[in-house]
Amino acid sequence: MISKNEVKDLADLARINLSPEEEKSLHADLESILDYISKLKDVDLKTIEHQDLGLVKNVMRLDENPHEAGAHTEDLLAQASGREGDFFVVKKIL
Amino acid sequence: MDTDLDKLSALELASKLKKRELSSYDLTSFFIKKIAAENPDLNAYVETFTDALDEAKAVDISLEAGEELPAFAGLPIAIKDNILIKDKKCSASSKMLENYTATYDATVIDKLKKERMIFLGRTNMDEFAMGGSTENSAFGVTKNPHDHARVAGGSSGGSAAVVGGGLAPLALGSDTGGSIRQPASFCGAVGLKPTYGRVSRSGLMAMASSLDQIGPITKTVADAEAVFYKIAGYDAKDSTSLRFESEGESEKESEKTPSKMTIGVPTSFIKDGVDEEVLEVFNQTLRELEKAGHTIKEITLPNIEYALASYYVIMPAESSSNLGRFDGLRYGLHTDGEDLLADYKTSRGEGFGPEVRRRIILGTYVLSAGYYDAYYGKATALRSQIRNDYVQAFSKTGEGVDIIMTPTAPTPAWKIGEKGSDPVATYLADIFTVPANLAGIPAMSVPAGLTKEGLPIGVQVLAGHGRENNLFALGKDIEKLV
Repeated sequence: MISKNEVKDLADLARINLSPEEEKSLHADLESILDYISKLKDVDLKTIEHQDLGLVKNVMRLDENPHEAGAHTEDLLAQASGREGDFFVVKKIL
Repeated sequence: MDTDLDKLSALELASKLKKRELSSYDLTSFFIKKIAAENPDLNAYVETFTDALDEAKAVDISLEAGEELPAFAGLPIAIKDNILIKDKKCSASSKMLENYTATYDATVIDKLKKERMIFLGRTNMDEFAMGGSTENSAFGVTKNPHDHARVAGGSSGGSAAVVGGGLAPLALGSDTGGSIRQPASFCGAVGLKPTYGRVSRSGLMAMASSLDQIGPITKTVADAEAVFYKIAGYDAKDSTSLRFESEGESEKESEKTPSKMTIGVPTSFIKDGVDEEVLEVFNQTLRELEKAGHTIKEITLPNIEYALASYYVIMPAESSSNLGRFDGLRYGLHTDGEDLLADYKTSRGEGFGPEVRRRIILGTYVLSAGYYDAYYGKATALRSQIRNDYVQAFSKTGEGVDIIMTPTAPTPAWKIGEKGSDPVATYLADIFTVPANLAGIPAMSVPAGLTKEGLPIGVQVLAGHGRENNLFALGKDIEKLV
């Protein structure tokens, strides 16, 4: 149903490192889960264009009463793995 | 001081506090001592809050000064480890967030703070609420207070175990596919998942946003009702929050409650894989309710057999998107790699436990271009039909039932480690609870009996959107039977 290579690709796409043993056990798990959820294929239903559960709708609000600039900066940066001044430190991309 | 404070309901304790027969300080220290003695073995709390006694003392001083305080002022409560309390650690029981400190209060926490309730601590859970046994916690399994060799259920296993085990009068949990109701059933507590949109999700760590809902775990139905009306209500910070005409007015709602109800039972759905003792307790409860004047009606929910498969597509799809935010840079665990991509991959590989990784990768798969229609498209189409089945069942033009009843879980609490590593075996335990999340309707587990070995068994009551009042009324009738 799913190949071992696909599992490796998916882990890459999801940005998750897996050890070779984990790739193997995850492959077995996914096979068994996919086997279970494949029963959905028996149902003759098309993808609905617009999912309306009558509950969720887009909500807009005015961008009014903004908080003072920098009011939360310290709290938020305190959680960062690396900071320089008021910036997060991130490795070079290029 | 009373030694049976752990036996009293939240409403009974609140009344003692009001009458000043008991101080919040004494009540809070009673629980803190009990936690210190019993939690090392039970492992239901991840952390107890050291400032709880100060808060309790402050409430006592206000009461002494004759201040008019809300009904639950001074009452201790336990909070699931995925609901944010400002300046307290909140980890979703994951290594990823082991050292994360919340930067704001969840809306429900804000409401409970206004109520002047005392936060005892944060409770253990399956990592990021993924699991049904609390065995997936990065901080070890929570034991069932009724049998320490068994699981407490999950994912709100810690919250259910502290209520069932008398380590808190009440607790908050969250429910995405049964995570309040199933552990409540396993631990002998009442667990309510409200209508989707009735309780704000602001400040609840998102797992599957279209399914998640916060709710109470309590000793009695009356307690669940009281807490529910305190935490419910429209919130501008949650874009899926709903407005109800009778918002916060339990009296107005209960006026609409029928005294004798028509209870729908989807008989054909309740057969395979259900434990004999669970079935016996369920059928016995139905017989007693019929004797008490309610009407039992067999109903069919045509698409229900696809609910669990649909859930196990939608939930991982949404989880994989929601957990994309953990990059190891802005917050959470960071493990250094040789470049930015390696930073992401090692941080996420080490920070997330096996079940979380499994679901993220499954979610990535079902959302992949080539498989989208076959899985996610079909699952959402089915979800609409399932929701419709329930709307029809509760509608006057359909079956016209006031309540639908099923067992809460197919089995009582299982032995720790028993399910091994087979994910599908564990997922099947959610069969009766996931439909309410897919349909967005309220559902509650109420203790209804015990197995021969003395393990609690709950029954589940479900009602139409916004009809929690029906659940409370029938739940109280079920309590009387036990």
